Amino acid sequence: MERELTCIICPRGCRMKVALEGKEVVSVEGNACPRGKTYAVTECTNPHRTVTSTVRCEDGSVLPVKTETTIAKADMEKCMREINAAVAKLPVSIGDVILSDVCGTRVIATANKNA
Amino acid sequence: MKKDLVIIGGGPAGMSAAIAAYEAGVRDMLILERDGALGGILQQCIHNGFGLHKFGEELTGPEYAWRYEKQVKELGIPYKLCTMVLSVSEDKVITATNPQDGVFEIEAKAIILAMGCRERPKGALNIAGERPAGIYSAGMAQKLVNMMGYMPGKDVVILGSGDIGLIMARRMTLEGAKVHAVCELMPYSGGLARNIEQCLNDFGIPLKLSHTVVKIHGKERLSGVTIAKVDERRRPIEGTEEYIPCDTLLLSVGLIPENELSKTAGVSLDRMTNGAVVDQDRETEIPGIFSCGNVLHVHDLVDYVSEEAEIAGLGAAAYIAGEEKKEISVFLRTDGKIRYTVPQRITAEKDVRVYFRVADVYRDVTVKVSCDGGTVLSKKKQKLAPGEMECVTVPASALEDGRELYFEVEGA
Repeated sequence: MERELTCIICPRGCRMKVALEGKEVVSVEGNACPRGKTYAVTECTNPHRTVTSTVRCEDGSVLPVKTETTIAKADMEKCMREINAAVAKLPVSIGDVILSDVCGTRVIATANKNA
Repeated sequence: MKKDLVIIGGGPAGMSAAIAAYEAGVRDMLILERDGALGGILQQCIHNGFGLHKFGEELTGPEYAWRYEKQVKELGIPYKLCTMVLSVSEDKVITATNPQDGVFEIEAKAIILAMGCRERPKGALNIAGERPAGIYSAGMAQKLVNMMGYMPGKDVVILGSGDIGLIMARRMTLEGAKVHAVCELMPYSGGLARNIEQCLNDFGIPLKLSHTVVKIHGKERLSGVTIAKVDERRRPIEGTEEYIPCDTLLLSVGLIPENELSKTAGVSLDRMTNGAVVDQDRETEIPGIFSCGNVLHVHDLVDYVSEEAEIAGLGAAAYIAGEEKKEISVFLRTDGKIRYTVPQRITAEKDVRVYFRVADVYRDVTVKVSCDGGTVLSKKKQKLAPGEMECVTVPASALEDGRELYFEVEGA
């Protein structure tokens, strides 16, 4: 089987052709760099995404956050539910851990916020 | 008040220009920012994908902005927040106002214009129908969701497939809204391929190319939109209308550089970019006034904004130090397939990176730069698209006073 993919690793957005045998990736074409190949293999076997969102703070304002590493694409909804249930204590510095275990990673603050 | 350098705008362009000028020796400087915080539009761009060129990592907007804000603070570069610049005169007197200082004037030796851009509004679109609540520009919706914590609606249609529209399609979906469609007037998307993949395809959101909104329904609140397919001249085709019930319409239909202040100073503007006409140092036709970032031309990547702003910062520092430019004048012309170049003129004999944007999608073509019939350089390109800025480096050897460089796309 052959699958066409657009790489999402950088703004170049390479169009790639991936040859698959069952779930096994046999070859990748069209990638301009090695990161494209890695992406293609993960995308075809176990796709991952970074989730960025906001967490409600105790004063009612919102704080931008992200998952520290990528999570399985299938877990995005679950991850969003946990992020939306969380309340961040202020003050917060960039990089602070807001949730310590969500879908196998941590959710961290991407901005500073004063109390 | 007198200052060597005043930078108008504390977003990515302003901060990067300020840091570059500081590192080149400028000390007597001031950043003026209209908002209550530094960072500009990046503050609300909470998604990742910034900084791959500049830092080799994928940062979110606030993280990218913080890298610069931290440096501004560590270097002790002064800035005033909540400060609105009212006018800039040709002799570089800035009139500004804020709650602490009232109305005040600054005489500057050099000025860097870094005011960014704003969204094209609905009024520019001439869509028939009522004027109900529920219609937002995509950036406004982004601010509501990401900074103020409000969801503008639940059932969404997006007009325009620029990156902000695509990013908001994903963001609204993640927050529980149903995005019914993204309509794009053109036969191709104006956004990055990666954003179509991860913002639309990931969530099964249909991208309707060659489609537009022809009617808005609802009196108090938006109740739906009628969309239709358009022909190659972008006119709606009768019989292709489709009604989509929705409570929210987001518009991502282009950005306009905010050049009101450039105009008060008398800076000449380029009709194609809607930004200033500049030389390789991003100096406008008024000596000592520089322009960079989205106020100069709309960029797709902030990394390029930072790069351009560094050039302007260094240019301003050299101007303040009294360095003379080697006076040559080379104008850059384009064939229409290439819509514009930045810079538009070159005034120094050195290698110059020229950024450009094309008017349509072209495949397997050659970008050619020529001068008096002789080819200066040619570069093969698999694909050129209006949504993706390109660049070539013109060698110093091709630059000679009084010449014109001609930029064209061959084989299209």
